[in-house]
Amino acid sequence: MVRCKFLQLLVAMLPLAMAPYALAQPPYPDDPLQSPMWTAHARLIFGDDPVRFDPRIQLLYPQVAENQRSFPVALDARGVGPVTRMVIFADLNPIPIAIDYSPDLAEPYIATRIKLDQRTPVRGAVQLASGQWLVAGGWVDAAGGGCSAPPVGRITGDWAAHLGEVRGEAWPTGTQGSSRLRITFRHPMDTGLVANIPTYAIEEMSVRSESGTMLGQMALFASVSEDPAITLMPRAAPGVTLSIVAHDTNGRTYAAKVPVARQSASVLPAQP
Amino acid sequence: MTLTRRAMLAGLALSATAGMANTTYPIHPVAVADGMWMIHGDEAPIHFSNGGAIANIAIIDTPVGTVLVDSGPSLRYGRALKALAEGLTGKPVIRVYVTHLHPDHGMGIAAFDPAIIAALPQTITDLARDGRGFSDALYRLLGDWMRGTDLVLPGRKITEASEDFGGRRLRLMALAGHSAGDLALLDEQTGLLIGGDLLFHDRAPATPTADLPRWRTSLDSLAKLPHQAALPGHGPFDPSGQDAIAQTRDWIDWLEEALTAAVRSGLDMVEAGSVPIPVRFAGMAAARYELQRSVSHFYPGLEAKWLPRVDLPEG
Repeated sequence: MVRCKFLQLLVAMLPLAMAPYALAQPPYPDDPLQSPMWTAHARLIFGDDPVRFDPRIQLLYPQVAENQRSFPVALDARGVGPVTRMVIFADLNPIPIAIDYSPDLAEPYIATRIKLDQRTPVRGAVQLASGQWLVAGGWVDAAGGGCSAPPVGRITGDWAAHLGEVRGEAWPTGTQGSSRLRITFRHPMDTGLVANIPTYAIEEMSVRSESGTMLGQMALFASVSEDPAITLMPRAAPGVTLSIVAHDTNGRTYAAKVPVARQSASVLPAQP
Repeated sequence: MTLTRRAMLAGLALSATAGMANTTYPIHPVAVADGMWMIHGDEAPIHFSNGGAIANIAIIDTPVGTVLVDSGPSLRYGRALKALAEGLTGKPVIRVYVTHLHPDHGMGIAAFDPAIIAALPQTITDLARDGRGFSDALYRLLGDWMRGTDLVLPGRKITEASEDFGGRRLRLMALAGHSAGDLALLDEQTGLLIGGDLLFHDRAPATPTADLPRWRTSLDSLAKLPHQAALPGHGPFDPSGQDAIAQTRDWIDWLEEALTAAVRSGLDMVEAGSVPIPVRFAGMAAARYELQRSVSHFYPGLEAKWLPRVDLPEG
């Protein structure tokens, strides 16, 4: 808790330290969420690139943060044209950025679960090929401690027994040549903010086609929930086998292969 | 004029002050059977505006004193409930049952002598483990409503199958499924079933500690139990005695089916929380809210069950 606050203080002081430099920065639009951290994060993530809040970007999440260790978020930018980067971040988390994703050959969609350390704005930012950033988000109320409480696997003590387990499926979607990939990893995603447990997290993941073409790649941070679960939409036709490779901060490699096929029954949720 | 954050905070502070000046719970008992009253909790989620008073409570007038089933979310509620119940019956409260561990039902026992508070042994174990966390969560959500509320553990373990109060006998049934220990009671004199949170009626069931197969087993035994009417843990009184049982079962069956289908067809958690809710549940309060909570409770387990292992050997 103390370290958590100290880090927040450090981050909070960043704008002061950067004040002279900031004069040369482009002005960012007024934050509709009135977050105290907006300008600081905007400088770090967007730099000199133009930024605007755009209702076509959808950041979707449930109406209640039932579990502050695992808050579902989906960032959907289909409908704004080609996208080069997608960033999910929470302003008041001690580790603000959760995922920085490049959908090289994929629909601009990503869903995952993140930790919430307190009530915070949660945002999605999407960069177009022109360099323009489009941003969306909202305040999410949450009980504290998502980043600074030990993961469940550390409490039950069985995290190491399951490390390296990867589950997944890939389904063809209605759209020609497009698929939906779901992939889950057993990993503690330790933040380094819990006493005597150093940072230990998956830090990168890529999805390639059989021929090695990069479909999507991302940097992950320890604010992604324990046992990360990620949903992407790579451009891959039925029959293609997707190759997923991830690395963690201890240098361990996680490799998986997922064929694009309807492996399990094609069941859609019950209709009313 | 745009509302600044500062102005909004000032506004919040004002309304909070106003709230503090008038934080009394409106408690309205309704007679549901001979010598029995129900207090109908708010059907919304726990929120500052309702002070956490969302659970139903039963008041029973027995020849030897007043019996309560559940006690509300806070010390303030428990005290108001005690005064009101004793005014209704003209007899002191001699027994308070806690149906299960959840704080909207049990934190109000802080207003009573632990020696008269009874719960299943499992519930007492669970409260000893989780009570502190529940208390923290309620203080965060309810603020001043919770003032002075300490975690109290029931002083009596229920081991007997019934308890007699000067000839008015209450059957005590140790069930489970909504939580690891769920107490249901049958008033033998009137045939009224008090289901605790095994029964939700026109209000979506909550599942943070649920075991769905055990919940079904418990609902089966309640359906077979001869009774005249049912007082659910949340939602309106059920004069038929079977509607709340059937509805609760229908919801948990649909929930499991819908979430399994969502995992197997590739939906993520956000999408699973947005699936259409069948029209037959249109009259259920808090349905979307509880569905999204249930996604959080069950999705990781369903993913582990249904998504195949795809990892390659390391190296």
